[in-house]
Amino acid sequence: MELKTLLTSVAIVGFSAGLVSAQADVTLAVEGEVISTSASAPAFAENLDTVYSGWLFRKLETRSLQMDDFDNPAFVFVDKGIDLFEKVDGTEGKACASCHEDVEDFVGLRPAMPRVEDGTLVTMENLVNECRTERMGAEPWKYSGGQMTAMTALIGLQSRGMSINVAVDGDAAPFFERGKDLYYQRVGQLDMSCSNCHEDNYGVMIRADHLSQGQINGFPAYRLKNAKLNSAHARFKGCMKNIRATPYKEGGDEFKALELYLAARGNGLSVETPSVRN
Amino acid sequence: MAKGVKPRVKVPKTAAAGETITIKTLISHKMESGRRKDADGNFIPRSIINRFVVDFNDQNVIDVTLEPAISTNPYFQFDAVVPEAGEFKFTWYDDDGSVYETSKKIKIA
Repeated sequence: MELKTLLTSVAIVGFSAGLVSAQADVTLAVEGEVISTSASAPAFAENLDTVYSGWLFRKLETRSLQMDDFDNPAFVFVDKGIDLFEKVDGTEGKACASCHEDVEDFVGLRPAMPRVEDGTLVTMENLVNECRTERMGAEPWKYSGGQMTAMTALIGLQSRGMSINVAVDGDAAPFFERGKDLYYQRVGQLDMSCSNCHEDNYGVMIRADHLSQGQINGFPAYRLKNAKLNSAHARFKGCMKNIRATPYKEGGDEFKALELYLAARGNGLSVETPSVRN
Repeated sequence: MAKGVKPRVKVPKTAAAGETITIKTLISHKMESGRRKDADGNFIPRSIINRFVVDFNDQNVIDVTLEPAISTNPYFQFDAVVPEAGEFKFTWYDDDGSVYETSKKIKIA
């Protein structure tokens, strides 16, 4: 009995220590510009008081990579995105730059994505591929492929530092509810939902990993484990494999709805695209 | 020429005479080691950056030999003393004979 009490108290200390290191007073300054990494939780996230960026849950070395655009390996891919933006492709003989003169025109797009257009939920990837197939006459890019993530990172970068502000009412409401259901739905052999880790246990270690809140404000994110940019959907897939579930399809309705719900959970956080994670 | 090679360099714009500055360089390159095999079991030929040289006003700063075990997108960070205003010249040598060059000027503040 005594041993059990002792173990429990150790566990509690461990838990709070994890939270403290996650919530320590640290500031993310990218190229000298301060970006807020926490915000009060949106009202619908009734189990959270504050939302924290995943940046706070990473080691100091990883955090510092994101603070300097030269050190941030994602910028190799952003540069590829710039080349792709100028590159003519498809039967219409157009590049992105033919219509969108300057990529800076996309300021403010990333914080509002995904959004509902004419009754369908669209992500940034959908918008890019819609342009490619309908206006450029080109082949669509693979949803989480290198070209796509380079482009979404470039577009997202334009809005870095802006507050995430995803609409959840009106047309978006049914998709939001679907995403919420998926978030709390236990799946897979391990019978776990997103919330089991990212809501009930953020701040604690799951083996060697420091559990974050699973915010997607930094996606597409450069991950040190695979040395490339990762789309949010690719990350969802990774999570689902970890809990031994059969992942939904990248770009499918389930993941799009989940992306909307997760993005909305981060309403108030800043866009960190492209972020660095492990 | 290997595809998608792009040198990147970060040098402060100004420095005090005699100051030690930190220089960061990165070149995007696939750095194919020559030990990997393709789907048919044939070796993929080696294709790496084999030498990296930095000169300041024609005086050598560093000269690095790179080996196949160095991973994709080689990154170098080093310190250099700046005695006078001038220009850093960066040169990367590819296995296939290509040479990638870039340069950065620095002023004395």
